[in-house]
Amino acid sequence: MARYIVKRLLVGVVTIWALITITFCLIRIMPGSPFEADNLSESAITQLEDAYGLNEPMWKQYVIYMENLMHGNLGISYKKNISVNTLIARGFPYTLKIGLISISVSAVIGIAMGIWMASTKRLAVRNSLLAFATLGVSIPGFVTAILLMMIFGVWWPVLPIVGLTSAANYVLPVAAQSFGQIASIARLTKTTYSEAMQMDYVIMARAKGLSKMQIIVKHVLKNALIPVVTYFGPAIAFLITGSFVVESIFSIPGIGREFTNAITNRDYTVVLGFSVFIGAVITVANLAVDIICSMIDPRIKLTD
Amino acid sequence: MEWFDPIDPSRKNSEFIAVESKSFLKEAWGRFCKNPMAVLGLVVIVILGLLSIFGPMLSPYAYDAQDTANQYAGFSMEHLLGTDKFGRDVFTRLCYGGRISLSIGFGAAIINTITGVVIGGLCGYIGGKFDNFVMRIVDIIYAMPSMIYVILIMMVFGSNVRSILIGICIPGWIGMARQVRGQLIALKEQEFSMAALVLGASDARILFKHLIVNAIGPIIVQVTFLVPNAIFTEAFLSFIGIGISAPMASWGSMAQDARQILTMYPSQLLLPTVCICITIFSLNFLGEGIGDAFNPKKK
Repeated sequence: MARYIVKRLLVGVVTIWALITITFCLIRIMPGSPFEADNLSESAITQLEDAYGLNEPMWKQYVIYMENLMHGNLGISYKKNISVNTLIARGFPYTLKIGLISISVSAVIGIAMGIWMASTKRLAVRNSLLAFATLGVSIPGFVTAILLMMIFGVWWPVLPIVGLTSAANYVLPVAAQSFGQIASIARLTKTTYSEAMQMDYVIMARAKGLSKMQIIVKHVLKNALIPVVTYFGPAIAFLITGSFVVESIFSIPGIGREFTNAITNRDYTVVLGFSVFIGAVITVANLAVDIICSMIDPRIKLTD
Repeated sequence: MEWFDPIDPSRKNSEFIAVESKSFLKEAWGRFCKNPMAVLGLVVIVILGLLSIFGPMLSPYAYDAQDTANQYAGFSMEHLLGTDKFGRDVFTRLCYGGRISLSIGFGAAIINTITGVVIGGLCGYIGGKFDNFVMRIVDIIYAMPSMIYVILIMMVFGSNVRSILIGICIPGWIGMARQVRGQLIALKEQEFSMAALVLGASDARILFKHLIVNAIGPIIVQVTFLVPNAIFTEAFLSFIGIGISAPMASWGSMAQDARQILTMYPSQLLLPTVCICITIFSLNFLGEGIGDAFNPKKK
């Protein structure tokens, strides 16, 4: 167990390091200076570049950047003159809150829907659930967000669509973020649940005389939900990319909107800092999911 | 002595019971045609493809021809789907958007398939240290959300189709490579590959003529995921404002432009989003149909 976790931790560290290095190189090979667009004189640009250490050789800038990172310092926004850490500290709570609510909502509804889809004997119910799930995975997240805003904010204005001031404000962003995830989780649960239902151990449990509820909870779900837990790693990545559009559509001051703003403003240090931060969050989330999986399913350690 | 007469040549095969043998692809095509949703998906994609190739040629308007006297015109015979805020013909722009979406979708799928099959094939066939090394790199690339690569590449190489393709293709081949590698590890232990080796076939011949051909089913299924993913990525990027830049038309950027005016002119927003949904929907049905056609055992 300990060996497995150490190995996964090492892979995680190497991943984050590779991400930092690649991102750093990409941003530094970009032609032009970050201050060119601001209509500054030649000497002012040189002065600014000196102040931010941009005239040092590239390897030295890299060393300085890595050193700052080790101290948890992600750099300064050239456009806003605020540290990237402040931007993240300001925006991350909103993104995290919406992300956590969305992931819980998706898990509960998605798993329930998947089980319903797999166990119902009524063809009409199964087919309509399946149609809903196919619809859910086919519609891009930003389309869902726009449609939700149009329907519940404009044509039939029952829910607020701007900001995050009251509980009602959370409904639409969370719905937009969860819609696709619910569909994916439901489809996945349906497949794994029907597969687990056909296993020999289910027949064995029935032969032993266990009640239907006991069989489902103790034998079927325990096996069927492992791939679903694994799915939460990629789901977190989807939620973060989803937040790029959902936050800008619903005017939520989270890191997703901050990131897209930085991209359109070409604020390179912020893009670099946010990429590193998002990469680290996703790596840690994947790591946590892997460790949880190896705890609930001892078979995983043996194969890896 | 008629017993020993040679039999009539027309009766020679009368004892032979068999249907005409079909190739693997023909059989899969037969199964595919029995799935109405998949066939519908294929038809829609073909129609969209034809529209995006020939639509702009038939239309009298250029995608960037402005007509400020004619802003936000409604649906009419003159402008089939109306005009946008600069008086540009929406139908023509949708066709151009289709060109971009479909060419990115299929272009990325082709590049990713070739890269993935070659790298996955080599890893599966050679195995050992080489395989181990490549798979560690794959783990690292795969751990990041692919959107971040695409966004960074777009920032460095500018907002155009080429950099979207580069961005999609950096992480895009990984799923294919993993799939092919897994297939090959199982296939190379089988008798036919041993037989080819004993008969003196070269490594390249065994790899491409025997092993990869036998993995064609899963490869094609994987391709059907690549196309909608790439189309979705382009629409997403254009929607957040770093994909295809003005005055070029893309469904994502048209949706983005229409966001501010959605209360007054909802059709400006609905038309491109409906196009995106129909395309991805049809591709998903098509993909599921192809998947079932190549996996007859899967229920």
